[in-house]
Amino acid sequence: MPKLLKAAQAGSVESTDILIMVAPAETGAGIKIELVSPTVQQYGEQIKNVIISTLIAHGIEDATVHANDKGALNFTIEARVTTAISRALS
Amino acid sequence: MEKKLRRAMMFMPGNNPSMLQNAGIYGADTVIFDLEDAVAISEKDAARHLVHNAIKYFNYPCEVAIRINHIQTPYGVDDLKVVLAAKPDLIRLPKAESPRDIEEVDAIISEAESRYSFAPGSINMMAAVETAKGLRNAYEIATASPRMVALAIGGEDFIADLKTTRSKDGKELFVPRSQLLLAARAAGIDAIDTVFADINDEETFIAEVNLIKQLGFDGKSVINPRQVRIVHQIFTPTEKEIAQAGRVIAAYNAAIERNSGVINLDGKMIDTPMVLRAERVLAYAKSVKK
Repeated sequence: MPKLLKAAQAGSVESTDILIMVAPAETGAGIKIELVSPTVQQYGEQIKNVIISTLIAHGIEDATVHANDKGALNFTIEARVTTAISRALS
Repeated sequence: MEKKLRRAMMFMPGNNPSMLQNAGIYGADTVIFDLEDAVAISEKDAARHLVHNAIKYFNYPCEVAIRINHIQTPYGVDDLKVVLAAKPDLIRLPKAESPRDIEEVDAIISEAESRYSFAPGSINMMAAVETAKGLRNAYEIATASPRMVALAIGGEDFIADLKTTRSKDGKELFVPRSQLLLAARAAGIDAIDTVFADINDEETFIAEVNLIKQLGFDGKSVINPRQVRIVHQIFTPTEKEIAQAGRVIAAYNAAIERNSGVINLDGKMIDTPMVLRAERVLAYAKSVKK
């Protein structure tokens, strides 16, 4: 199971993008997400679900995530999380 | 088989979510998601992931190409490793200088097609020639792989390599453009012209598109949606041209039926090149209407 080695970020705060920061967490701590988004009421859960499923798909089960969303679609959220993970693993 | 049109091939920066999600709405025959010059070195990894996902998520109504970084840079192979999984239609290689560049990319694509169970040969390639050395090898580059569907000329780098500057009438590019076109035609693939950077100078842009169409190019790389409309207008046959082509073909068919060796239309002799040209115009018009 891969483990995040360091904190890393990807994305931006440009419109339709999302800034994702991932950081290692203790084994068994699970995934904790702090989300800032103008659409948090409508899409907050969906955004968090995309972040979680992307982390799980990469085998990451423990992480702290800070996400600053500017209206990103799923393809962007998933891509930014993937990049942040690969940066945190290297 | 109907000809795949590549009139306007529009570049989109690969790390811009907004542009990627809207890429399909501008009507370009091809969109080129750029991982090379439009992406900062620190963001190469992010752009790859974003372009991969965009292709996976969106059903673009046009050909989807990716301009990778040159295969000899530290980024080119990594670009291919990530983006090929999304099955783009076309990989555009910049600064091609030898057939080896093409063979190397071809081998990586073949390996990916096998790994992801894509049909063998289903991902095409094109190469941009941007140096005098590349132009010397243009035919060998064009024929280095059956995947090759087009050669493009990269004007800005080419002009720097020639040690000159770009003029409005493009006289410094006349020979390189013509040589590139000859190489592409000899190889039986498309020839695509370079970008025109000043999006506000519409007059010069129109003159340049007319020039390259007259030289025989199939299309042009563009950097702005406004340029797509102009290129398409200039490259699309007019109603008059289509009607005339129809009359040439009709006269030709009638002469064949009569076993007549001489074909005459409005007092002009029609010969084989004219028939071929008319067939091209009609095939082109049919593709445009689709």
